[in-house]
Amino acid sequence: MSVDAATIRRVAHLARIAVDPAEVEKLGAEFNSMLGFVEQLASLDVSNVEPMTSVRPMRIKMRQDDVTDGGYPAKIVANAPSSEDGFFVVPKVVE
Amino acid sequence: MSDLTKLTLAEARDGLKAKSFSAVELTRAHIEAIEAARGINAFTTETPDKALAMAAKSDERLANGRAGPLEGIPLAVKDLFCTDGVKTTASSNILGSFVPPYESTVTANLWADGAVLLGKVSCDEFAMGGSNETSAFGPVVNPWRRKGADGSADPTPLVPGGSSGGSAAAVAAHLAIGAAGTDTGGSIRQPAAFTGIVGIKPTYGRCSRWGIVAYASSLDQAGPFARTVEDAAILLKSFASVDGKDTTSVDTPVPDYAAAVGKSVKGLTIGVPKEYRVDGLSPEIAALWDQGIEWLKAAGANVREISLPHTPYALPAYYIIATAEASSNLARYDGVRYGLRVPGEDIVDTYERTRAAGFGPEVRRRIMLGTYVLSAGYYDAYYVRAQKVRTLIARDFEAAFNDGIDAVLVPATPSPAFGIGEKSGGDPVEMYLQDVFTVTVNLAGLPGMVVPGGTSSTGLPLGLQLIGRPFGEEALFTLGHVIEAAAGRLTPEPWWRD
Repeated sequence: MSVDAATIRRVAHLARIAVDPAEVEKLGAEFNSMLGFVEQLASLDVSNVEPMTSVRPMRIKMRQDDVTDGGYPAKIVANAPSSEDGFFVVPKVVE
Repeated sequence: MSDLTKLTLAEARDGLKAKSFSAVELTRAHIEAIEAARGINAFTTETPDKALAMAAKSDERLANGRAGPLEGIPLAVKDLFCTDGVKTTASSNILGSFVPPYESTVTANLWADGAVLLGKVSCDEFAMGGSNETSAFGPVVNPWRRKGADGSADPTPLVPGGSSGGSAAAVAAHLAIGAAGTDTGGSIRQPAAFTGIVGIKPTYGRCSRWGIVAYASSLDQAGPFARTVEDAAILLKSFASVDGKDTTSVDTPVPDYAAAVGKSVKGLTIGVPKEYRVDGLSPEIAALWDQGIEWLKAAGANVREISLPHTPYALPAYYIIATAEASSNLARYDGVRYGLRVPGEDIVDTYERTRAAGFGPEVRRRIMLGTYVLSAGYYDAYYVRAQKVRTLIARDFEAAFNDGIDAVLVPATPSPAFGIGEKSGGDPVEMYLQDVFTVTVNLAGLPGMVVPGGTSSTGLPLGLQLIGRPFGEEALFTLGHVIEAAAGRLTPEPWWRD
């Protein structure tokens, strides 16, 4: 399978990573090399195999639905690039 | 006073208890060693003041008989573990100034047991790499150098392996008594092999992942580096815990791993998988492997050839699963809640510019590949198929263990450490092949330990890898100690002090 420039641009947008137009060709070549490498999986018959969903067989842990943490907004926004009154500040989203 | 950085963890612990030296003296010796080794570039953040304050507290506890199992032991921590009030970067510009207001469970366990934080050590960016060259803060240099045919040292700088390259280099160069690392596809075991020390990736679920910057959540696992098998066993006891904050933390009591060191291996059966004798396996790696088999036989273990038929499919399955999980985990770096922000025309443009500027090329490539394999139309062909292959790989090991195999012995890496820049320039797949002997263990969730087995023709360390049953770490410590006793410990020439 070969990936074209339009696919690279689509994937980059899905991943929310700006890609320099000059980079697209190189990325495409790297993508094709990696996809070529993983292509060998197609030769295995996996029709009667269940996909792994839990690394160690275990039951998901349950806990009480209680509030056990929180109440420190200053800590939460301490690392934010921009914040005001305990809120994160972002560019205008809704006109 | 003799050089306190030469001590093993067990020796340092005993010396502190016997009051031969203080925790502050021990920590100061390591701080001086770190200052003299900046050329190795192992540390992203040094915390000497915090270390001395922690050591002073350790001295108080030692004086009043309340010493913990790691009391006063100075450690280095991979810059992927969140440390309360200490910068945590994942060796990435996107987290370049991030100071967590909380502590990871593993490091909290270490401090509760009395350990001292010397600083945070470098890794590949977001743990994505096998050479520590993808770090945003420059490559770490391996404390080992090649020897020429006439025995003279070749000054070509070599990689320490990755992703936990800073952790491995710090321990090998005696800058820390032990270190914390993480292993997603070999990131503890390959650097341990490249620097001639011991490293163990425990069973998935043995150490809490809470507070560790996530790469691929179903593969990531924390573990220790040390210069002896016994030291690694002592450290793992403190790393491991049952943690309600990690839903994959397994509810199994933590055994006394150090008690397994020195036990007899008589009656244990070791599997040697024929699929790991890959085409083009270097004769020197094959000879090391055969030597390891002979050492275990001589100590009384039974050795049997086994088959793990799906081994050749492990690497491609790994690169689909790891990149898919990474694309999801790293979606959180959006320039809103923490980390770098590059302003754009609107919110989406802000995200895209932030992530383009904040992530390095390898991280961008893996996020995009993961996005692709999860995208509509490709999910079943790539991601679901890879998870099915993963089931087959886990079944291979299960069948061997059900057939009476206690542990598996294989090489750690296909080669010794390579030069900085030698493999990072071209096709990314070439670097991925570094993990050929280590990724199976992550896919199957098993414990794997690397122990130095000898040196290459160029004088560089080579490692042997033991793979255990789920929660079979104790057998690995027992077997690893046999290899260590036969192979001896490896110490590099301290060229960086010149």
